[in-house]
Amino acid sequence: MAEFQIDGSVDITDVVCPVTFVKAKVALEELEDGQILSIHMNGGEPVQNVPRSIKEEGHQVLKLTDNQDGTFDLIVRKVG
Amino acid sequence: MGVQKDTNTDSAENASRPADAPASRWTASNEQLERYSRHIILKEIGVKGQKKLLNAKVLIIGAGGLGAPAAMYLAAAGVGTIGIADADEVDLSNLQRQIIHSTEDLGKAKVLSAKETMNRMNPDVQVNTYRTFVSAENIMDLIRDYDFIIDGTDNFPAKFLINDACVMGGKPFSHAGIIRFKGQLMTYVPGEGPCYRCVFKNPPPKDAVPTCKQAGVIGAMGGVIGSLQAMEAIKYITGAGDLLTGYLLTFDAIKMEFRKIRLPKADGSCAVCGTHPTITELIDYEQTECGGI
Repeated sequence: MAEFQIDGSVDITDVVCPVTFVKAKVALEELEDGQILSIHMNGGEPVQNVPRSIKEEGHQVLKLTDNQDGTFDLIVRKVG
Repeated sequence: MGVQKDTNTDSAENASRPADAPASRWTASNEQLERYSRHIILKEIGVKGQKKLLNAKVLIIGAGGLGAPAAMYLAAAGVGTIGIADADEVDLSNLQRQIIHSTEDLGKAKVLSAKETMNRMNPDVQVNTYRTFVSAENIMDLIRDYDFIIDGTDNFPAKFLINDACVMGGKPFSHAGIIRFKGQLMTYVPGEGPCYRCVFKNPPPKDAVPTCKQAGVIGAMGGVIGSLQAMEAIKYITGAGDLLTGYLLTFDAIKMEFRKIRLPKADGSCAVCGTHPTITELIDYEQTECGGI
């Protein structure tokens, strides 16, 4: 993840849908336009739904990394 | 003025839509995120909107057929401070429609019964109770600290009093009325459309219009119209969508028909909100009795 300067991070592995997306949304709202958020999430439902919901909100999904331990890191640029 | 009021710690807002002020009741705990998740997911509400709701203050005048559902939806929505004013006790004939009260509450002050229900629904909400009839003497004090007022009263004198006080105090409010199978509502925001008096001018003569005690009212009508009043309050607070300013929404449950009627623009000659108002002091019109909406 060295190619991105991360401005904020949030761990959503402790919650389930829909609070996964809600928690990511709260973290995004604390950033400025153009800043980058790293979201640590579980595989399965979160990795299927959170990136899509974030795109639907108009933000830019930059990268999804499989940590090979059942978790993923999603890198998102806030738009707006 | 015989007012019982809980401690109120937040600063007062004025007639403008509440700003995105720091929300002391917003903790961003997982519990709050889950409780309000369906709001936060909505683009029109989001975190900002939920913070505004938690920071907002709504006064409900009347804990009856309209006030009951309005209070419950506003509490569930996380409106941080809800005031409720009513002088009556819970009566058996109320329970067909006033769903905030239960059989076990018979004889209890309505404001207390309402507060207990709201507290059980959502501990985030501070409920201020005012066990009093609104009057020309006390209404300005009652509305002063609130961002939005809900008229859940059951008689014309109170409706004109609330309108005049809100116009004079620069407060937005939701008017509503229900009888038989019919209901109506409109929203007043200072400077954004006609007031209730622009449309209806003066209270009808005493006994010219039957009360709901005499005419009856279908219980679910309070649920429909009171919920719409809560909706208007939530939209006003969050800035989501368009309000019923300049419109009267009517609902006829027999025909299952809603009508949104455009109202004439604010009447420059209106006795209270016009350019040269003739009503500059509040008036207690003769009160007609009704068993609560």
